[in-house]
Amino acid sequence: MKFDFDWKPLALVPVLALGVLPFIGSPSTWLTLTVAGLAMGMIIFIIASGLTLVFGLMDVLNFGHGVFIALGAFVATTVLGLMGDWTGSPDLWRNLVAIFPAMLVAMAVSGALGLAFERFIVRPVYGQHLKQILITMGGMIIGEELIKVIWGPAQIALPLPEGLRGAVLMGDAAIEKYRLLAVVVGLIVFALLAWVLSRTKIGLLIRAGVQDREMVESLGYRIKRLFVGVFVVGSALAGLGGVMWGLYQQNVTPQMGAQVNVLIFIVIIIGGLGSTGGALIGALLVGLMANYTGFLVPKVALFSNIALMVLILLWRPQGVYPVANR
Amino acid sequence: MIKRLLSNDFPRSRTLAVLLVLLLIALAFAPFIFPGVKALNVAAKVLIFIVLVASFDLLLGYTGIVSFAHTMFFGIGAYGIAIATTRMGPTWQALGVGLVSSLTISFVLALLVGLFSLRVRAIFFAMITLAVASAFLTLASQLSDITGGEDGLSFKVPEVLSSSFQLSSTPFLGVSLDGRLLCYYLLFFAALTLLLAMLRIVNSPFGRVLQAIRENEFRAEAIGYRVVVYRTLSSILSALFACLAGAMLALWLRYNGPDTSLSFEIMMDVLLIVVIGGMGTMYGSAIGAALFLVSQSYLQDLLRLGSEAAAPLPWLAALLSPDRWLLWLGVLFVLSVYYFPTGVVGRLRAAALDKPRP
Repeated sequence: MKFDFDWKPLALVPVLALGVLPFIGSPSTWLTLTVAGLAMGMIIFIIASGLTLVFGLMDVLNFGHGVFIALGAFVATTVLGLMGDWTGSPDLWRNLVAIFPAMLVAMAVSGALGLAFERFIVRPVYGQHLKQILITMGGMIIGEELIKVIWGPAQIALPLPEGLRGAVLMGDAAIEKYRLLAVVVGLIVFALLAWVLSRTKIGLLIRAGVQDREMVESLGYRIKRLFVGVFVVGSALAGLGGVMWGLYQQNVTPQMGAQVNVLIFIVIIIGGLGSTGGALIGALLVGLMANYTGFLVPKVALFSNIALMVLILLWRPQGVYPVANR
Repeated sequence: MIKRLLSNDFPRSRTLAVLLVLLLIALAFAPFIFPGVKALNVAAKVLIFIVLVASFDLLLGYTGIVSFAHTMFFGIGAYGIAIATTRMGPTWQALGVGLVSSLTISFVLALLVGLFSLRVRAIFFAMITLAVASAFLTLASQLSDITGGEDGLSFKVPEVLSSSFQLSSTPFLGVSLDGRLLCYYLLFFAALTLLLAMLRIVNSPFGRVLQAIRENEFRAEAIGYRVVVYRTLSSILSALFACLAGAMLALWLRYNGPDTSLSFEIMMDVLLIVVIGGMGTMYGSAIGAALFLVSQSYLQDLLRLGSEAAAPLPWLAALLSPDRWLLWLGVLFVLSVYYFPTGVVGRLRAAALDKPRP
C-alpha cells in the first residue's frame, strides 16, 4: 500500500502516544487510555473507510454517511433485544455468538439502504459538489426522521452482553474487555480491506479508479458498477461501525449519526480524501487524542480534534496521504 | 432613486416585482394589518430570517461555498446582545458593547476558519464548518456560567423598546403605540437597510468577482483575482451580516438559548429557504423567508390534521405526526434541489424571459 514508502505519518501515532506519557504520569493509566483510544480509533476507521473510498472513487461527498451508522446501531438494539437469552448469559462465547448476527443484520440493512441511497439520492447529482452536499444532507435528515418514526425519538440503552462487561487487569492497568474486542474487530476489518484492496483484482480496480477514474473507464471497466459496490460496502461498514459505536457508548440516539459524522469528516480530512491508509492513521490519532485530552484537560477535549486537524493541515494541506490527481 | 437603492438589480419579472412590493407593504404595516401578538411575532421572524438567509445566500448562492457554521455566527450575535445586557443592565451602551464585541468575534472566527479551510480546498470548508459549528454548540451549552447553558438567558432590553413604554395613551388605528411597536420598526428598518446593503455588495465589482469564482474558479484565478482572498472576504461578510441578524433576534425575543439561535434545525431552515427562494438572488431570500415561515406553522397544523385522519393506520399516523415535520421538510428539500434548482425567483425570471416581447 501507499505507506510503504512514506513513514512519517505512520510514526505520528506512536509519537503522540509516547509524547503524552510524561503528562499522564502513571504508566497504567496511560495504557488504559491508549487501549481505549485505539479501540475508538478502530471503530471510527471502520466507519470512515467506506466514506473515503466513495469520495476517492467517484468524487462524491456523502454528508449522509452518518445515517448508516445510526441505522446499524438501532438494528443492533432490536436484534440484541430479541436475543436476551444469549446476551444475558455470563458465558463469553454465547455473548459473542449473539453479537455476531447483530452485526450481520446491521450490515445487511445498512448495505440495502446504501443501495437505495445511491440510486435515488446520489446518482442524479454526479459531478456537482454543491448539489451533492445539499442533497445528501437532505437524505441524512430524512433518514434520521425515519429512524425516529420506527424506533421513537428517545435514547435507547444498548447494554453490553454480560460476558463483555468489566475489565481485565494487565499489571495495574484496567482494560475494558469490550475495547479489546473492538480492537480485534477493527484489525480484522482493516486486514480484510487491505487484503481486498491490495491483493485482488477488484481492489486493484478500486485503487486505480481512485488514482485516475477516466483511465480505468477507458480500459473498458464499468466504474459506475464498481462504485455502487463500494458505496454498498461502505454503508455496510458504517452499519457495523454503528453497532460497535453503540456498544461502546452503551446507548443509541437518532442524532448519533450526525455526531459521529463530524468525527469521521475530521478523520478523512486528516487522512487525505480517498486514502485508506490515511483514514486509519487519522482515526487512530483522533481516537487517542480524544481519550488523552478527555483525561488531561476535559474542557478543551471538544476542540482537540479540530486543533489536531488544523495542525495536520498546516503540515500537509491535502491530508497526510494526498491521493494523486485530485 | 429606486435604481440607486436597488443597485440597478431589478426584479426583472413583473410577478416578482408585485410580490416584492406586496411583501414590503405587508411587513411595513404588519402591526396594523395583522393584529395580534402571534402575527407580529411571525412578521418579526420573517424580517430576521430575510437578513439571515440573504447573508447565507451571499456565501452559497453568489460565491458557491457551502458553510454549516452560519448559525454559529447567528448565535454569536444573539449571545452578544444577551450576555452584554445581562451583565451591564438594559442600557443602550450594553447593546452597543454586545454588538461590537460579537461582530469582532465573528470577524476573527470567520477569518480563521476561512484562512484554514479555504486556503486548502473549498470542499473542506463544508466539512470543517460542520465540525466547528458542532463544537461551538456544545461549548455554548456547557459554559453555563456565561451563556446560561441549556436554559439560555432571559434579559431586559432598554426601556424604550419594552412593552411597558407607552408612546401615547390613545391607540392609533386600534394599535397601542408601545415599545414593542418601536422595536418592530427598528427591526424593519434594520432589515431593509441590511438587505439593500447586501444587494449593493453583490452588484458591486466585488460581487461580480464572487460570481465569477462561483462559475469558474480556475478562470477567475487565471484572470488575476486571488480566489482565496475573495472567498475569505465573502465568508467574513456573510458572517458579519448573520451576526447582525442574530442581534436582531435577541432584541426581539429578549431571550437567547442554544435551541433558538444555534441549533442545526435553523441551519436546515436557512438552507431550505435559500433553495426555495432561489440561490444567487437576494430577492429570493426575502420571498423564500416569507413563504417558508408562514407555511411552517401551517405545515404543522396540516400534519396534525393528517395524523388524526390517518389514525386507523398507525404507521401512517406516525409518519404524519406533527413532530415529524422535519421529515417532510427534508423530502421537500431534496425534491426542490432536484426539480426546482433555481427556486421561485429563478422560475419567475425565466418565465418573464420566455414571454415574447411586444
